[in-house]
Amino acid sequence: MTTILEAKNISKRFGGLTALSDVSFAIQQGHIFGLIGPNGAGKTTMFNVLTGLYQHDEGVVSLNGEPLTGITPDRIAKLGVARTFQNIRLFNNLSAIENVMIGRHVRTHTGVWGAITRHSGAKREEAAIEARAHELLDFVNVGHRANDLAKHLSYGDQRRLEIARALATDPKVLALDEPAAGMNATEKMSLRKLIGAIRAQGITILLIEHDVKLMMGLCDRIAVLDYGKKIAEGNPAEVQRDPKVIEAYLGAAVEIAA
Amino acid sequence: MTNFAETFLPANIRKHPALFWGGSALIAIALAALPFVLAMQGMAWVRITNLALIFAMLSLGLNIVVGFAGLLDLGYIAFYAIGAYTYALLASPHFGLHLPIWVILPIGALMACIFGVLLGTPTLKLRGDYLAIVTLGFGEIVRIFMNNLSSPINITNGPKGISTIDSIKLFGMDFGNNTSIGSFVLPGLIKYYYFLLFALMVVIVINLRLQNSRIGRAWEAIREDELAARATGIDTTKLKLLAFAMGASFGGIAGGIFSAIQGFIDPTSFGLTESVMILAMVVLGGMGNIWGVIVGAVLLSFVPELLRYTVEPAQKALFGRQIIEAEVLRMLLFGFAMVVMMLFRPAGLISSAVRKRELSQHQAPKEA
Ligand SMILES: Nc1ncnc2c1ncn2[C@@H]1O[C@H](COP(=O)(O)OP(=O)(O)O)[C@@H](O)[C@H]1O
Ligand SMILES: [Mg+2]
Repeated sequence: MTTILEAKNISKRFGGLTALSDVSFAIQQGHIFGLIGPNGAGKTTMFNVLTGLYQHDEGVVSLNGEPLTGITPDRIAKLGVARTFQNIRLFNNLSAIENVMIGRHVRTHTGVWGAITRHSGAKREEAAIEARAHELLDFVNVGHRANDLAKHLSYGDQRRLEIARALATDPKVLALDEPAAGMNATEKMSLRKLIGAIRAQGITILLIEHDVKLMMGLCDRIAVLDYGKKIAEGNPAEVQRDPKVIEAYLGAAVEIAA
Repeated sequence: MTNFAETFLPANIRKHPALFWGGSALIAIALAALPFVLAMQGMAWVRITNLALIFAMLSLGLNIVVGFAGLLDLGYIAFYAIGAYTYALLASPHFGLHLPIWVILPIGALMACIFGVLLGTPTLKLRGDYLAIVTLGFGEIVRIFMNNLSSPINITNGPKGISTIDSIKLFGMDFGNNTSIGSFVLPGLIKYYYFLLFALMVVIVINLRLQNSRIGRAWEAIREDELAARATGIDTTKLKLLAFAMGASFGGIAGGIFSAIQGFIDPTSFGLTESVMILAMVVLGGMGNIWGVIVGAVLLSFVPELLRYTVEPAQKALFGRQIIEAEVLRMLLFGFAMVVMMLFRPAGLISSAVRKRELSQHQAPKEA
């Protein structure tokens, strides 16, 4: 077991509000690691810290043992951490296929000169980008909407398109922020299969989700945040039994225990 | 030629070679004959057409910045000015320099490019209105410099401008003079028309190819959602600077050609009105849509001239005197057209996909 992504003593404050307070966890290579907690617990903030969108106040994030301190989001993506957003952020006025092709940007090289002259190398790369993008669209089951604008896709398709865009960057770690939000039961079933298929490719997955049943079935390990603090971590069975977790969820306690 | 077809034409036309070649031949003949038809109405119309072609080039340059990358630039005319002055200073009696065009145009493009990066660097974090204000200031600063760099060392000759600028000379042909072939006289202005048409085609090809490339897609990603673009691995800093630099270079080249054709430049050609005019061409046609932008540029170049030639005589005929000057009417119509556009077709006359983020009030949320 090797640790791929590690957060050590992370704190993040917004003015007087402490969104994250001394949070640590380590994600093992190939695992599906779940991050759960009530609304406002700091899960998305943690994602933003991990992907470099927020500068944290204390602590260190490291990828394969290398600290990511001061590294910009695009560099972090290049190092192999890709993500989706809780409130879907696609390139709305571009087609589905273009969205995924943009994900290939970080793994390709054609510059202005290649774009203008379209020399054979540039053409080959462009064809490869398009082929890979189609492959990924099919993989997430959005292949039939390739040429539609992202904003015209259904909610579930948009969520899956965002996953395809993230996968296009060839990530080592894929961070999914509430991918099942707003999905119906059938869509959730297929999402669950999709996440399984992504893991089967050797990609480590970091997952925020509210659907407890989904989480318990999928995750190898779960950390629980509450008011910016980590209150529990363990395998799903351990977390489920933890009295602090049950207390934090209160109303949801029955569901968790069930 | 297959490359040409790939770049220019939609798939359904490419599939019918007869239609494609027939259509292309018709367009080519029409474009080749156009200046002679115009010349029958007077050489002034050829001059106006030449200016329209220059403005089309300029709009395509600005389209890279505004249409592709979504960076609202209100000082774009500054790069045109820099290109124009570079040409004027290196090819006129002012400094006694007379460098050939193939040396000056690249220098002009490079100068504009450097200034593009200079403007881009401090404004990387700005968007929308804020960026518009800073770039507007930049445009004014450049114009004011052109106006005042006449002392203590006389560089730009101040408000008096620079005159007797060299015409373009290529392949032993002087574009400033008429060429006689037997009894047939090819006027200089028409030679310039062909030169500009060729230059514009090159700019169009470059634009189309950039748009459908890894670089163009990255620009569009930044326009659509800068934060998501960064999280997807796009170096937004580098790509925004590239957009400024590329856009500026086109402006610089267009400025150089303008300088050569006019033979005289002064700072009044490079004011805020001109910047707004070019932005209007981009917006009117449809931001990010290359053909739309060209239509916008041609419309906004010709309509005011048509007004000048029709409104004043019409008023004289109707009222016996002129009540509204064409210039005033032009501004009125112009403002009216912009308001109508924003109300009914905010994405422009021609819009393949809806491109309206930067000018709409629905800004993307700042945080993830
Ligand atoms: N950019 C921000 N500025 C100020 N407060 C923020 C910002 N982002 C998140 N917060 C606050 O941090 C806390 C944690 O939010 P978040 O990480 O979104 O929670 P979760 O994803 O667990 O629902 C909330 O109180 C939220 O209001
Ligand atoms: Mg959240």
